[in-house]
Amino acid sequence: MTGGCVTDDGTPGFAVYLHWPYCEQICPYCDFNVRLNRAVDDRAWQDALQTSLRQFGARSGQRTLTSLYFGGGTPSLMPPALVASVIDQCRRIWRVDGPIEITLEANPTDAERSRFEDFRAAGVNRLSLGVQSFDDEALRFLGRNHGAAEARDALDAALSVFGNVSFDMIYALPDETPAAWRRALRAGVSHGAPHLSLYQLTIEAGTAFARAVERAAWSPPDNDAAAELYDVTQEETARAGLPAYEVSNHARAGARSRHNLTYWRGGDYVGVGPGAHGRLTIDGRRYAIETIRSPKDWLSAATSDADRATTFTPLSDDDAFTEKVAMGLRSVEGVRPTPSEWSWIEPRARMLEGDGLLMIEPERIVATAHGRRVLNAVTAALLV
Amino acid sequence: MTALDRIRNFSIVAHIDHGKSTLADRLIQVTGGLTNREMKEQVLDAMELERERGITIKANTVRLNYAAQDGETYVLNLIDTPGHVDFSYEVSRSLSACEGALLVVDASQGVEAQTLANVYQAIDVNLELVPVLNKVDLPAAEPDRVRAQIEDVIGIDASEAIEISAKTGLGVPDVLEAIVKRLPAPRGDASAPLKALLVDSWYDSYLGVVVLVRIVDGVMKKGMKIRMMRTGAAYTVDQVGVSTPKKTPVAELGPGEIGYMTASIKEVADTAVGDTITEERRPAAQPLPGFKPSVPVVFCGIFPVDANEFDDLREAMSRLRLNDASFEFEMETSAALGFGFRCGFLGLLHLEIIRERLEREFNIDLITTAPSVVYRIFLTDGSMIELHNPADMPDPVKIDHIEEPWIKATIMTPDDYLGGILKLCEERRGVQKELTYAGARAMLLYELPLNEVVFDFYDRLKSISKGYASFDYQLLDHRTENLVKMQVLVNEEPVDALSMIVHRDRAELRGRAMCEKLKDLIPRHLFKIPIQAAIGGRVIARETIAALRKDVTAKCYGGDATRKRKLLDKQKEGKKKMRQFGRVEIPQEAFIKALKMDS
Repeated sequence: MTGGCVTDDGTPGFAVYLHWPYCEQICPYCDFNVRLNRAVDDRAWQDALQTSLRQFGARSGQRTLTSLYFGGGTPSLMPPALVASVIDQCRRIWRVDGPIEITLEANPTDAERSRFEDFRAAGVNRLSLGVQSFDDEALRFLGRNHGAAEARDALDAALSVFGNVSFDMIYALPDETPAAWRRALRAGVSHGAPHLSLYQLTIEAGTAFARAVERAAWSPPDNDAAAELYDVTQEETARAGLPAYEVSNHARAGARSRHNLTYWRGGDYVGVGPGAHGRLTIDGRRYAIETIRSPKDWLSAATSDADRATTFTPLSDDDAFTEKVAMGLRSVEGVRPTPSEWSWIEPRARMLEGDGLLMIEPERIVATAHGRRVLNAVTAALLV
Repeated sequence: MTALDRIRNFSIVAHIDHGKSTLADRLIQVTGGLTNREMKEQVLDAMELERERGITIKANTVRLNYAAQDGETYVLNLIDTPGHVDFSYEVSRSLSACEGALLVVDASQGVEAQTLANVYQAIDVNLELVPVLNKVDLPAAEPDRVRAQIEDVIGIDASEAIEISAKTGLGVPDVLEAIVKRLPAPRGDASAPLKALLVDSWYDSYLGVVVLVRIVDGVMKKGMKIRMMRTGAAYTVDQVGVSTPKKTPVAELGPGEIGYMTASIKEVADTAVGDTITEERRPAAQPLPGFKPSVPVVFCGIFPVDANEFDDLREAMSRLRLNDASFEFEMETSAALGFGFRCGFLGLLHLEIIRERLEREFNIDLITTAPSVVYRIFLTDGSMIELHNPADMPDPVKIDHIEEPWIKATIMTPDDYLGGILKLCEERRGVQKELTYAGARAMLLYELPLNEVVFDFYDRLKSISKGYASFDYQLLDHRTENLVKMQVLVNEEPVDALSMIVHRDRAELRGRAMCEKLKDLIPRHLFKIPIQAAIGGRVIARETIAALRKDVTAKCYGGDATRKRKLLDKQKEGKKKMRQFGRVEIPQEAFIKALKMDS
């Protein structure tokens, strides 16, 4: 079932992320940069994306592209032809050696399922399905526009079209017991997808859920209860042959997301589209790159005023190291500090090793399973 | 100079809120001391905080010219006194400058603890009392019952108590007549050598140090060379005057008169309250009896939240001390709280007022440590030290015994709450001395350790009695008790700011309460943290803060790197507000809450 997976050479790689901000409806837990899908001007998008990609190509210099990711929002609402043109253009701008991972996020609705073949034909070779739950009641709570049966059909269809499929589930809903989550997870795993993203429900500021919790309509499980659910997650996925390779990501051998590994390995990536972030190392200096969040403003600025559409901010060595550690420790691959970085953090790292939170290997530090569970505090203890 | 028989010097004694300041305002208004335009509400309580809390801190004085029904014009000198227990010392010296007092009692509330305490002081200095029933216009007023209560509880004749409403002015002319007719005129000899009582002093930004004086014998006038009989310092009088309450210079002050004097005195600290002022050239043979100086009885540490404000805090404290010699401070260093000051106060209200003024008038955020009393530590070598700070407690093996201050407390309460109040007093090691009833109100006399009172006693009393009980106290003596220093250890490290001296029998309770509080206030760490209360090496209470179980953010991809980095930067900022104890970081906020008096 891992057919279609690209080989991972273990390098950070070079990735392109495209942000499509539109959705049919806004989910109550989501704090991403999203807008309702109304009167989207495909032509304007095509122009803006092309201009943007060309400019990034000029800034990045010649690189070997290792992955392309269509995220959002709901990029499965994109016209497949637009997806195809972006893929083609990326292949022209950057060098491509052999097959690269090209992922598209999709909602598991009947409407989108009907276009899986078209996306496949456009060049997409990995699908990430926002299933979230296989339970109708939970899906209603999460404000999703699909039911459980529809999601199962979409997942099976995606598996037959792409083979290389990932899907998302959300746990730690109010009053969710470890037993109920275990059952739900087993049901999900049984479809046979090679990759899973399992997220603890997080109440993000400014969302409908944040307002509900604020007025005490309901409350999410506390961190102790969440810890139990997290442990169930680790147990079940390991048993199913899909162990965690990052805090919330699980995969069969060889099915890890090449694209996301670039983030956790501290690689360079281009972020195109409104509110997208990128990191590029240019002449030895790492830059944080950000684009205008408002889709409307980005669309007009992208073709008329590149400096306004996209800002490059140089990162200090300290800032770059902070990001490298914060991102790297999330994955089972850990982080590889340079000798000078290592001398700076060694005393703290040794203390955390003593607490059973970090493992120190030659040239590499890795969070232990427990360390990963309390990684925010571990990262702070190491860097703050 | 006014003829002696045309002078009346009086104070008003009353419980807080019984209308003392309102009556004072009305007296000033009726006698025309101020025009209506000049009349502010409660003109005597000039300080913002005093006005807000309805209490008087410094003694104030006002001269009223009153045309009485007998056709004569009298000079009435009103000395306003602080109503609160903490300032009873200042009450007593104000009373010493008078011959009589109005005893103002709220006709609906009746006699309260502070009324009693102040009345006893007035009786102690032989003042003639005129009972006044205020607020008789209120529907709940029961003048007859309160009249009976005054006779029962205080033991003075209340049959001629004057019924008034200071608010509407009803009965106020009767009060003025009573002052003239029922209070004695002062005595004194204008030809005798000058003998004046230094009642109070304060700093005025225009006049410098201003001294409030009561002339007993002789005459004080501008240009006269005077000498302070206690301090020995000599000055030349720049100005003498009276307060109407506007400062109005006069040619001279004669016997029986109350007024102010300036003499190019540099600091308030140069004037000893209770001192006798005499003429350099023709001194009095004997000084007046004077008063004992007021001594701080409650101590606590005051630290700036922001260490950079330490110098500002020192400056602010020095400024406050200019006008309040009873407030003491000296520098203190705490591992937990950094640089600050150990401060001494007359009582909890005094502490509260100083703290509030520092925060409000000088804009400094403060951390205040748990208040403590002064312990007398008798060492085995025979010496004695006065301990103001639990952190300075000597090694227990060197201690022979420890004495702590006790107070005599008067509590008045509706009898519905008596049970709860008795229980509270017993919990606080109180010894009941008297329990009497006057109608449905009970009067309790208790002896209590002051230490048990500075720790949230007043708050508890108020909550048990739904605010109806009143409380007053005076220092009684020092008693040998089984006192120990309780330390608080966080992850095996002692936290100096949290150590306290407690009675051995109360140590477990206080220790447990502190550990429970800290358990909620210290955030979880990556490891479990024991919190212990200990006496010497022995742990008497223990709580454990469980290790953090899960905190990792669910999603973190390319778009989250910036957010994550900024969060870590913010944590770096936040760390500055943390105090490090070994590996444990305690938020400064936790100290503030753990040390809060109301538990």
